[in-house]
This record gives sequence, structure tokens and C-alpha cells, in this order.
Amino acid sequence: MHKLLVDNPGEKLLLLGNEAIARGAIEAGVAFATTYPGTPSSEISLNLFQMSHQSDLYFEYSTNEKVALEVAAGAANSGLRTMCMMKHVGLNVAADPLMTLAYVGVKGGMVVLTADDPAMFSSQNEQDNRYYSKLSGLPLLEPSSVAEAKEMLIYAFDLSEKLGEPVLFRTTTRINHSSAFVTLGPITPPQTKGDFEKDPLRYVTVPAVSRKLHVRLLENMAKAAGISETSPYNLVRGEGKFGVICNGVSFNYATDAINELGLGDRVRVLRVGMSNPLPSKMIVDFLKDCEKVLVVEEGEPFLEEAVKALAQEAGLTLKIAGKGKDLLSRLYEFSPTIVSQAMANYFGVKYDPPEAVDVADLPEAPMRPPNLCAGCSHRATYYAVKKAAEGMETIYPSDIGCYTLGFLPPLQMADFLICMGSSVSSSCGFSRATGKKVISFIGDSTFFHSGMTGLVNAIFNNHNFTLVILDNGTTAMTGHQPHPGVDMSDFNLEGYGRVSIEEVVKAIGVKKVTVINPYKVAKSIEAIRETLEFEGVSVIISRQMCTLYAKSLKKIKVRAFTITDKCKNHRICIDTLACPAFYLEGGKVRIDPDVCVGCAVCAQICPENAIRPVKKSG
Amino acid sequence: MDITRLIIVAVGGQGNLLASKVLGEAALLAGVPFRMSEIHGMAQRGGVVESAVVFGDANSTIISDGGADILLGFEPLETMRAMNKCNSETTVITNLSPLPPFTVAIGKGTYPDVEQLRKLIAAKVKRLLAFDGLALAKEAGNPMALNMVLLGALIQSNTVPVTAEQVKTAIKTKTKPAFVDVNLKAFDLGFEAAAKAA
Repeated sequence: MHKLLVDNPGEKLLLLGNEAIARGAIEAGVAFATTYPGTPSSEISLNLFQMSHQSDLYFEYSTNEKVALEVAAGAANSGLRTMCMMKHVGLNVAADPLMTLAYVGVKGGMVVLTADDPAMFSSQNEQDNRYYSKLSGLPLLEPSSVAEAKEMLIYAFDLSEKLGEPVLFRTTTRINHSSAFVTLGPITPPQTKGDFEKDPLRYVTVPAVSRKLHVRLLENMAKAAGISETSPYNLVRGEGKFGVICNGVSFNYATDAINELGLGDRVRVLRVGMSNPLPSKMIVDFLKDCEKVLVVEEGEPFLEEAVKALAQEAGLTLKIAGKGKDLLSRLYEFSPTIVSQAMANYFGVKYDPPEAVDVADLPEAPMRPPNLCAGCSHRATYYAVKKAAEGMETIYPSDIGCYTLGFLPPLQMADFLICMGSSVSSSCGFSRATGKKVISFIGDSTFFHSGMTGLVNAIFNNHNFTLVILDNGTTAMTGHQPHPGVDMSDFNLEGYGRVSIEEVVKAIGVKKVTVINPYKVAKSIEAIRETLEFEGVSVIISRQMCTLYAKSLKKIKVRAFTITDKCKNHRICIDTLACPAFYLEGGKVRIDPDVCVGCAVCAQICPENAIRPVKKSG
Repeated sequence: MDITRLIIVAVGGQGNLLASKVLGEAALLAGVPFRMSEIHGMAQRGGVVESAVVFGDANSTIISDGGADILLGFEPLETMRAMNKCNSETTVITNLSPLPPFTVAIGKGTYPDVEQLRKLIAAKVKRLLAFDGLALAKEAGNPMALNMVLLGALIQSNTVPVTAEQVKTAIKTKTKPAFVDVNLKAFDLGFEAAAKAA
């Protein structure tokens, strides 16, 4: 049985934040869960996916976050406890349903989890999704620790049902990817069968209905504001004339800083766990007891501006600060030292930060960026496209996935990237505006997520570019989740359909569709070259399973290659492919047989034919 | 109780997440407060993986520059790269067997001389335990057991508030049954190596 399904209240487990959240959902009796995978949220859905095979929980990987939220909205309005989770930028995709779902509300409890990524460990921006709560009018909860995340999630479902509104639940990477001890609570059996009572004047958001629903939403926000005043998650700790107002993980850094700075008797802390609506009265009361207040929050001055506005309304003139020089930054994530230093500066106490050793005399460390894996089909595709496009002036819009790593030298096959699906649509703009040959790259999962609509646009508006769909049979980047093109029998799972990328592309109206196996280098180059000549929208589907995934499914037989003494040390293999199986030994290129998977791409480009399979010994 | 801060650095695939998990399970057995955070977004793609492990009464799960009591390095270059986490009182434990990054192979940078690195690090911190952990992992029966070798060395250094018995119990219950014997042997070899390297 899945470890998070064991109903053993009181047991203490070491859990990853995302496991604790998944357990919280189970303890809350969640019946229905949807997602599109995205780091740092991915392990929540992975655990729910696994548990759905062993319990009554319905779980799906939806095609994108908007779809996931709409599927969830239907289930929640049929009375089921529903959870929809995504990374922060996923909520941009789901923002459209979110805004109006707030008007309509929900019947069964619904939690929309957004996993923000301050410092951008694996994201294209570090937007602060707390603002979505202001924009939508929805309640917002923010845990400070792994253990609290589980408890707060159960509270979130109750709050959602109390208000009849979805509740936003915001984590940051340091919650999702931290581990700590969590005490299990009892599991609530989910109610899995729902019903929908028709009420068009409530659920069909034509203007006349929405005008009334907006009134309803404002009434709910007022009710939520009352709840926030007494929420156990808005709490005051300590005594003193100095005040700290904080949220999320900043609470941990602030508490540690108070201990480190010896400010225990001088600083009181207001930790805001329910940050929309804010507990206004509680904040004003807190301010009245303080001489000066520092707002400690990662990201934007969301709390700081609200606290300043509340002080102004209450006629309070104490000093309130947060972001600023010698204080705290809007950039990246905090650390204990950053917060200690800011508090020391602001409250005028001495701080001796830990003195790091002098590293000036250490030799320069060569970088170790993540790289496409040995045998990765993306590398083979990039090589073939580069060869086929030799002599052309090209622009390469890219998209979000492992293949984005192809922007690094020596491949350098990505010129523009803003968000999921942007490769296809931005190609329309680049080709029309520059007249250059535009070749864009998108992964299979990303194509289903938001590439298809761009391709429809390209056909309708008669654009001119080549789209390469990198079909590696999985959502590789986030940990090999399925997508609509995947054969679910690989997981021994029944009851799924399957959508063919090739048929979709043809049905959209693409007149030139080429399918290649990128491991066959010469054939691929020739096929790509011919496709690039096509005027209009052409699509190349480069199909080869992700090697990591294929290895985990035992779908490839690894047969390592070696460099024989025919090698004349041109280094074309290592210099153009940059496969991590290569290394240099005494100035000669070698292949690590433990890393090589035997894709044979390098063997096909070696001018001396010096790369051969390792002979079986014995 | 006192706070002990441990940074573990490795290259994706070297198994440091399992090592830190075993430490956490041992801390659970010991009744010691334990928190850790890990940055592993691209771990499978050969990047650097860093775990910050905090024992004792702290709330933060990350460790500031200069804030590590112990640095446990799975790879010498990554140990060097993480030296900014150390202060003069830090204990550094490192495997000396290099795993050169790809950038070196394509001529973008030079891999530092390991012997020189050892001397430089030794001069900066209170204690350095450096040895070829990979050789010991192989001796135990599997190069992937490097993480257990390093755990053995960590426990021998007497810098973290868990015992060898607690870690061994965690190895028995939390690592794959087929690997338990190799893992325990690797742990012992690492423990002995640290005693010799001291």
C-alpha cells in the first residue's frame, strides 16, 4: 500500500513537503484531483496519481492547467472535494477559469494549489502568485513548514466549504522540496459520487447573472475577512516594541534571526498564514503595540503595502518598512543570514554573520550545467536540424521542456522562449516580421498543452515556418508523467484513450508533415532538408523515446560504444554533440561505457568511422 | 538542543538525496529535530544537487554562506564549489574521486588538481577528511554505494547527533532490500576510512 494511504493516526513520518500536502488531501477526504505537472509541485500529483490506483480517489493529468481547473470546477460543483495543483506560471494558464469560478463558487470544497518558485530553481520567472488572490477575490493560505502544510490543507477544504469558494493555497519551493517530520492524522473517506443541481441563474455567467454573482463574491470576501481575524493560522508570537510581520518560509528565517540576534524580549512577530483577506483588525492592533515594524516576505511587497495602507487608515505613524536598500529584496529567495542582517540593520542591533572562508585562492571551478542526457533524442534532432539548415539564416524559437537545455553550447538551438506553447505562436511573428527561415521546437506534452492552438492560428493566417515536434513519448522534464499521446498500457493502466500527434497535425491542415527517427542521422537530415524547403507551415515529428524513460521501462537494450584506434582526434563527436558519455583522457576522446546508451549518433558522424559498439567480452 | 548544519553536495545521480533521507530517518529514531531542503530540479540531467540538513532547534531549512558546520562532498570539484558555505570551524568530508563536468571535456574550463585542492581546503577549515570514496564503494560491491561510504565517514567524524546504530537501522529499513548488505558494508568502509584519514 502507498505509504500515504496508511491510516495510522499519530505515526510520525519523514515526509517531503509535497508528500505532506498529498497526505493532507487524503486526510481531508479529497475525491477528485487534477493537474498539469510542473516543478516544484510535481510530487504532489505524482503521489496522488499513485494513490488513485489503490483508492477511490479520481486523479487525472489534464492537458493543461486551464483544462485541469475547469475539470475540477465541474467536479467541485457536483459536490466533491476537489484539488487542482500546478506550478505558479500554470495559474496564468488557468487564470481565465479562476476569475469567474470565484463568482460562481463551489459546492464541494476546492483547493487550488500554486507552487511558486522564488529564485527560479526551475522556472522562467518568479512571479508572486499571492496577487491572484487579490485579483480573483479568493481566500489565500500560505504554510510556513512541511508539517503545517498538511494541517493547513485540511483547513483549506473546510474553509472552502464554509465560504462556497475555491481556496488558493500557495507554497514556495522551500516548502515543496523540504523534508521534515509529520504526524499523521486520521484519513477521511472521500465522498466520490456527486450530483449537479441545475440553477442557470447561478451557474451560467451571462452578464445579468454575473452582476449578481459579483455581489455574492464581495459578500463572501467580507465573510472571509471575519474568518481571517480569528484564523488559527494568523498568529502573534513574542513580546516587544519591535514588530515583524511575515508569511510562509520567511517566518522561519525571522524566528531563527530573533534567536540568533538575542532579540527574544524585544520583537513580536505576526505570522500571516491566511493572507487574503488579511486580518485587518489584528494587524492594526499589532501595529499599535509596536514602535517600528519590519515586513519580511519573499517576492513582492504584498503584505508591506497592505500593512502601510492599514496604518494610514488607522492614523498610525510608526515606521513600517520591508523592501529597500539595506533591508530586503524583491529578488530571489531569502536565507537566514539575509533576514538576520535586515532585522539587525532595521532594529539597530549588532549582527556578526557567519564568516565564510576566503575562497579567492581556490582555482576557478568549471561550470556544471545540467545537460541533455547521454543518448537523448533531442541532441540527435538538434544536430540533424542544424546540418539541414546549414547556410540558411535561421531563428529558433523554443519551448519549455528538457529540450530547452539545447540553448547551451555547442548545440545553441534556442533563440526565444517565454512560456508554454510560445514556440509555435512566436514563430508566426518572427517569420512574418523578418522573412527569415524560422524553425521552432516544441515537446510532445507541451504541444498538447498549448501548442495546438498556435498551429491552428498558423494555418489560418497562412504563416511560413517549420515546427519540429520532439516526440519522446512522455513529459520528461517533470519526471515522466503521461500526456494524451502516451500509450498508457506502458504503465499497465487501462481505460485511457490516446491521441496521435501526427493525425492532429494533419487534421489542423498542415500540408507538409514529416516523421523522422532522429537516431538515423543521414536520413533525418535529408528529410528535414526537404521539409525546410516547403513554403508555408510544415511540421517535423521527431520520434524517439526519452532514454531515461525507456531505460526505466526496460524498453531499450543498452549497448555501449567505444572509440577505436582509427580515431584521428578531430573531436567532431565531442565538439558538436556534447554528449555527457564523452570524456577526455590524455588528450583523446573516450566514451564512458557506464553512461553511453548506444544511440549510435556519434558513430554516424565520425568521419573516420572510429566509433564502434563495445565487443562483448568472453 | 544545539543546532547542527550540514550541507551535502553531489552531482545528479550520485545518490545524495537517499543519503540525506537515511540521515532523516536516523534522526527520527534518535528523537532529534530534523529538517532539510533539497534543490533537485534537474538532478537527472547531470547538474549539481545540494541538500541542506539542519538538526536541532532551528526553523530554517536552508543554510547561509559560512553557516555550515559540516560539508559532505560527493565529488571534489563540487566540494570546492560549496566552500563558501564553510567557516574556519567547519568539518569538510569529501570523496576525492573526480567526476569531471562536461564543460571540461569541451574545453570550457580546467578540472582543478585534486591534490592541490585537498591542501587548499585543509588550510581553510578546522578538519578535512578526504579519501577515495568511490574505491571503497566498489570494494563494498557497488559504485552507487558511495553515498553510504560518505555517511559512514560522516558518522565517524562525530559531528551529527545520530549514532552509527541509528543510521544502520535506517539503512536496513529505508534502502532497497537487495542493496542493504552492500550499503552496510559501504557504511563500515567509510567509517574506517574516516578514522584513518583523521
